[in-house]
Amino acid sequence: MADTSPPQPAPARRAASGRYSAWRLLREGLTGQRGWTRAWAKAAPRPHYRIVIVGGGGHGLATAYYLASEHGITDVAVLERGPIGLGNVGRNTTIIRSNYFHPDNIRFYEFSLKLWEGLEQRLNFNSMVSQRGTLNLFHTEAQRDLFTRRANQMRLLGVDAEALDRAQVRRLVPLADLDNGRYPVLGGFLQPRGGTVRHDAVAWGYARAASAAGADIVEHCEVTGITQAGGRVTGVQTSRGAIGADLVCLAVAGHSSRLAALAGLTLPIETHVLQAFVSEAVKPLLDVVLTYGAGHFYVSQSDKGGLVFGGAIDGYNTYAQRGTLPMAEEVAASAMTLLPGLARLKILRQWGGVMDMTMDGSPLITLTPLTGLILNGGWCYGGFKAIPAGGFTTAHLIACGTPHPLAAHLGLTRFASGHTVDERGAGPFPYAH
Amino acid sequence: MLQIPCPWCGVRDETEFRYRGDASRSRPAADAGAAAFHAYVYQRANEFGWHVEWWLHFAGCRRLLKVVRHTESHEIRAVTGPQDEPPAGPP
Ligand SMILES: Cc1cc2nc3c(=O)[nH]c(=O)nc-3n(C[C@H](O)[C@H](O)[C@H](O)COP(=O)(O)OP(=O)(O)OC[C@H]3O[C@@H](n4cnc5c(N)ncnc54)[C@H](O)[C@@H]3O)c2cc1C
Ligand SMILES: [Zn+2]
Repeated sequence: MADTSPPQPAPARRAASGRYSAWRLLREGLTGQRGWTRAWAKAAPRPHYRIVIVGGGGHGLATAYYLASEHGITDVAVLERGPIGLGNVGRNTTIIRSNYFHPDNIRFYEFSLKLWEGLEQRLNFNSMVSQRGTLNLFHTEAQRDLFTRRANQMRLLGVDAEALDRAQVRRLVPLADLDNGRYPVLGGFLQPRGGTVRHDAVAWGYARAASAAGADIVEHCEVTGITQAGGRVTGVQTSRGAIGADLVCLAVAGHSSRLAALAGLTLPIETHVLQAFVSEAVKPLLDVVLTYGAGHFYVSQSDKGGLVFGGAIDGYNTYAQRGTLPMAEEVAASAMTLLPGLARLKILRQWGGVMDMTMDGSPLITLTPLTGLILNGGWCYGGFKAIPAGGFTTAHLIACGTPHPLAAHLGLTRFASGHTVDERGAGPFPYAH
Repeated sequence: MLQIPCPWCGVRDETEFRYRGDASRSRPAADAGAAAFHAYVYQRANEFGWHVEWWLHFAGCRRLLKVVRHTESHEIRAVTGPQDEPPAGPP
């Protein structure tokens, strides 16, 4: 088994923005807040980089950071077509956990969870990592058996998982209607170390650290072409001119197929939209991440007090970053079944994000048939929790040319060789994962 | 909310239908080889633009329909029976 202990922090580098600390806050408070500088440098693209990363979301920025911190590679550009952080990294429901079923997935997501646990100290950036626990409810005996099997699998690999009976669930979430007529709650499974993270701060924290280490973060730079010569990648065409590169890494979340098509590749991916919702802010009433088992519904309460919740994908191919009413209605119906006390709450905001849904529901961190082109994508609706491990293992693949042992099961060739990693056993139907 | 004009039932809400994926793939001959089947089962063009797709009208006529829909605007250009070739339109 691969070494899954979290790596030691790299020697602290002084960010151009200075170190953030209580002492700094105090000093700035006493000197009129005039000493704060930009957290990261807005770079203009240079004509050539050793590594070009396409996409300034969580995975692109984390990859740039780990290239510098783990491999000493800083001749790196992250090209983002808009401002960083406006993609899925800033659109998700912020849930982190490692309660997967496949051993390879458990190891990968557990490594990520361990990185989350030390991330704020490492990046010197407050991303409000809150390990409040994730609680999955079950409503039938078959579902209980399935969860038990998953929890046992996790515990065998040293990951925390606890079975709760109805009384324990009631103590933890007094708000839930455990006796609802249709889907009474029989119990739940808790991963105490699961929780939430302030998603925007993840993009900002990695951007600040990558920029301080020497990577260029180039915003408003859309990649429109991938140039090749002699069977390998030589760079990219962008809205800000041609940029040469020894190696190009795609980290564009819902747009992997479009970027791969620029290089003549077809991927096992469909693009789908997932919505999220936030209610008006209320006093603290929910202190775990709660997942309903008789429908697709998950909810947590943000530190501002709003309930953040979501459901399943809308269900048909789309690149429209909005989402439609039928799924909003279904999510609201699930919310009412489980938490009828929320009936009077107003929904303040709703939005959608477009995501790569793969044929087996698992991501891709992989070499491609085109030499010099690496793909980080296929994150489906679970790629936020994976950002630290995704960036770490993608940086490894870029620097070493071979997959990191923890991500070796996420290669593109798994479909042809029959080694798909299908958590749900749903088959090659992206809309079903 | 999509409104899908079913050739048999008329215009109906999307909630009467079930999406069944890309309809542009056809099953290779039995002896076409592993690469052809890999492409058929797993690889998708995932078009940004017009997409030919299956929708099952489960709460209506229960027929499987072929729909040509734009994956960004969601505009529907054509709906036909499963054997029909949808009319070619603007690219
Ligand atoms: C509503 C919703 C809820 C979710 N909830 C969770 C959750 O609770 N937990 C969890 O683990 N995951 C969740 N996810 C999934 C998670 O957000 C994504 O899997 C993850 O953020 C994707 O990786 P990323 O951060 O790198 O993507 P993004 O932030 O989308 O980054 C990709 C970037 O690429 C850029 N780009 C695209 N094309 C180009 C181009 N041609 N040139 C330059 N740049 C380009 C985009 O502008 C974008 O900024 C959720 C997703 C959604 C939509
Ligand atoms: Zn019909």
